[in-house]
Amino acid sequence: MKAAGNPHWTAYAFLSAVVALWSGPAAAHLNATGMGPIYDGTTHFLLSPEDLVPVLALALFSGQRGAPFGRRTLFVLPAAWLLGGLVGLSARTASGSLIGSALWFLLLGGLLATDAKLSLPATTVLALALGLYGGYLNGTGMGPAESATLSLFGLSLSIFAVVALAAALVVPLRAYWARIAVRVAGSWIAASGILMFGWAARARL
Amino acid sequence: MFLLATLWSHTAFAHAQQGAAVGFFTGFWHPISGLDHVLAMVAVGLWGAQLGPPAIWLLPVSFPMVMALGGMMGLLGVRLPGIEYGIAGSAILLGSAVMLDLRPPVAVAALLVGFFAIFHGHAHGTELPPNQSALLYSMGFVIATGCLHGVGIGIGAIHRWAWGARVVRVAGTLVALGGVFFMWKAFS
Repeated sequence: MKAAGNPHWTAYAFLSAVVALWSGPAAAHLNATGMGPIYDGTTHFLLSPEDLVPVLALALFSGQRGAPFGRRTLFVLPAAWLLGGLVGLSARTASGSLIGSALWFLLLGGLLATDAKLSLPATTVLALALGLYGGYLNGTGMGPAESATLSLFGLSLSIFAVVALAAALVVPLRAYWARIAVRVAGSWIAASGILMFGWAARARL
Repeated sequence: MFLLATLWSHTAFAHAQQGAAVGFFTGFWHPISGLDHVLAMVAVGLWGAQLGPPAIWLLPVSFPMVMALGGMMGLLGVRLPGIEYGIAGSAILLGSAVMLDLRPPVAVAALLVGFFAIFHGHAHGTELPPNQSALLYSMGFVIATGCLHGVGIGIGAIHRWAWGARVVRVAGTLVALGGVFFMWKAFS
């Protein structure tokens, strides 16, 4: 009860009460506010397997080739994705095709499964191509340009984080079985790509 | 209780891409739902474990890729005669290989596994349901196949012990007997 007589304590309590009573609605829940454009971009990427899986495959492949490859992909891929997205924002319309996704699945999964000895410049070109392609398609599918730019930024941040985590996971792997597990993941991605070709071709028949 | 709740739960439809989860789980469930497929895929893992490196990873890597090729053929409507015989035959031959602890060159083993994978893939490809998310269905389908190989490899890991080697060979015998049953069904 000694604290109750403390003038500072009383002032703090008064101030807290005033702040609490004057505060506006928090709008803290997603169903009322959405997540904001940056988080929308982040979650869009994480919930879109056609974007996520090729990025994951390239990140694993880069990590498999070594730290310099991982570092190169870490910066080139998100930057290219952002650039492709910004270009895509000014495009009229373009929609990704299943064949396009299947090609990326097959190419990157195949490289990962076969542990292909791609050079650093070739890996850079691959990251650039994937980033520009994926970013462009994301950009064309987005809404008003003002929030879309922020969404693309969030998306690129998300790609940066995924590449950093996946490549860093693979770079230090030395155990035989662990490196094989990464290659098996690549074969699964490539096999999914082959099946997707079938689906796409059936739709056109 | 937690396990039961997890296994009995329905699809959540929690994301914007409606039907995506259904596509994944339909694809995932497809290879597991047929015992003839399960037997052959587990046998691939068992045989890989028995043969050791590099077959232990080469066989499970080659099977899904060639199976996907067969699936693509099925999707495109390419006819392949004797599918059911091929599937039953795969269980008989792969099970027998495990039972007899056969050790052919890795290339021969991979070719044999790849040959039968075409039949399994084709059967799945012709049965693929329409109106699914092609991407997620394909991923679920391939992941389930890989997991079945993983089960086989996991069981086959006991091969390093003498009693384990015997158990693996018994498992191969059961797979071969299952194959004989499905061959009988295919003929009748």
